[in-house]
Amino acid sequence: MKPYWAIFKTRCAVMLQYRTAAVAGFCTQLFWGLILVMLYQALYHSSSGPKPMTLPQVISYIWLGQAMLLVLPWSNDRDVIQMIRDGGVGYELIRPVRLYGMWYSRFLATKVVPMTMRSIPIFLIAIPFLGLQPPASAAAAIAFAIAMLFGIMLSTSIVVCMNILFFWTVSGEGLSQLLMVFTFLFSGTYIPLPLLPDWSQPLVDFLPFRGLMDIPFRLYLGQLPVRELPRLMQGQCLWIIFFVLAGHLLLRRGLKLVVIQGG
Amino acid sequence: MPQIMVEKLIKTFQVAERSTGFMGAVKGLVHRKYRTVNALDGIDFSLDQGELVGLIGPNGAGKSTTVKILSGIMVPDSGRVEVMGRIPWKERIESVRHIGVVFGQRTQLWWDLPVIESYQLLKDIYRIPDRQYKNHLDRSVELLDLKSLLDVPVRQLSLGQRMKCDLAAVLLHSPKILYLDEPTIGLDAVSKLAIRDIIGRINREQGVTVVLTTHDMDDIETLCRRVIVINQGKIFMDGTLQQLRSLVTTERRLIIDLEDSAVSLSDPDAELIKQEGHRVWLRFDPAKITVPELIERIAKAHPVRDLFVENPPIEEIIARLYGGAEQ
Repeated sequence: MKPYWAIFKTRCAVMLQYRTAAVAGFCTQLFWGLILVMLYQALYHSSSGPKPMTLPQVISYIWLGQAMLLVLPWSNDRDVIQMIRDGGVGYELIRPVRLYGMWYSRFLATKVVPMTMRSIPIFLIAIPFLGLQPPASAAAAIAFAIAMLFGIMLSTSIVVCMNILFFWTVSGEGLSQLLMVFTFLFSGTYIPLPLLPDWSQPLVDFLPFRGLMDIPFRLYLGQLPVRELPRLMQGQCLWIIFFVLAGHLLLRRGLKLVVIQGG
Repeated sequence: MPQIMVEKLIKTFQVAERSTGFMGAVKGLVHRKYRTVNALDGIDFSLDQGELVGLIGPNGAGKSTTVKILSGIMVPDSGRVEVMGRIPWKERIESVRHIGVVFGQRTQLWWDLPVIESYQLLKDIYRIPDRQYKNHLDRSVELLDLKSLLDVPVRQLSLGQRMKCDLAAVLLHSPKILYLDEPTIGLDAVSKLAIRDIIGRINREQGVTVVLTTHDMDDIETLCRRVIVINQGKIFMDGTLQQLRSLVTTERRLIIDLEDSAVSLSDPDAELIKQEGHRVWLRFDPAKITVPELIERIAKAHPVRDLFVENPPIEEIIARLYGGAEQ
């Protein structure tokens, strides 16, 4: 594990340099959060029917979504894509490590560091001033952290797959945008998943995106009981295994194109 | 048993061919034509531990392809390769642990990291023990004068600095074999000398086998005891530098400084190449006339200030060799 850990650590150090991006992101998320909160306030005040979530819960859910926005699986790595495009990926094989593991460590760091840098200040401001409730209990906080960790691993496994697809598509932007729409809708970024229509719930439950935001957020709010955690994690793990295996297979096929065609 | 063994190595590439013009592009959508290029067309050679061999040949001859296959990052179509008893592309991770590869065109260091952090990462990736890491690093820093470069991010290095850092990086894990693909390309004279010096040292002092591809004939003349000339995927010649010379030409050159620049010099067994003021260049075949005879004859006819004999420059030999190979 040592080589992969070293790659992770080194990449983290590189990502820590992007402080300006973190500040800019913080401002954007604050802005979006405020707009969404106002939107939901207006919605809740204008309709009186029964709702699956209370307004304070929705507001907290929205702020969690803004704080954790970067967990969503749409960070393409320009260096890696460039490497795949110009055939330079072959040169990566000169290292005595597995390429998938190397990339997974790299993408994990690329996800964890900016996400953390952006989320901490949002928590610090949103809890005292903007209506983000503190975790329902200490146990809920721990369950949230664990589920979030698996969410990050799931997201990374999706991102690695997406980047590997660049072996076949010259421009993967279209694919990334399609994925973005799906993640926004089915992870709970803008619409808390309990507010989606009942008929869509089985689909929402089945798709992997719920494991990125909705599961940890509702554990945080106490809307999902902590004892449900093992069952929820099982769903996340199955999807992680699926995407890691898919990534391995895709990478193996992709590399064949490169090692056969040359650099 | 040789350390590196290559038998009947064949590698072909498929190159998509497109007809020109708009209609060509449309045709390409429906039906693509592929042309097969033989990058390697049956290469055989073997190397013993501690050899320093130069792979030379024109662009596209198959030098880089050979290096990529030997280092395990490319799979050949057919043929047998064993490097230290392993098939490189089958046991890639074990194989690459014991080799070092430098590609002149592409750095192996991490672009946004300071050099020293790249080295530390390599230490973890190759699991290099602390002592060995420190020894190698100190030695490279001294020999290549890297002290001031260690904290600079790789992207800010000049080409020469980068090459030095790349070379130092590849020595950290004590490879048994070094593959250097055009290590002096684009470097200035001073950097070239430093790079050549360390390559020679590693080979002599540590018995590291070095396979070097280059277009720089000074690299070949100062470093290589053995040269393998590849052209169009085939081995054109495999032997010493002297053999390479004699294969193409046995010609020698006599350069004479005359007392009097006005005389026009001629001799039945030597041919005049050019004359500039006092200096005259002659070419002759030592099989027809021996050096002392020729000198004696010329010195008798004209007052001579100075003279010396030399081999034709290796560039010319190679140019003739490639020229001959194409016909």
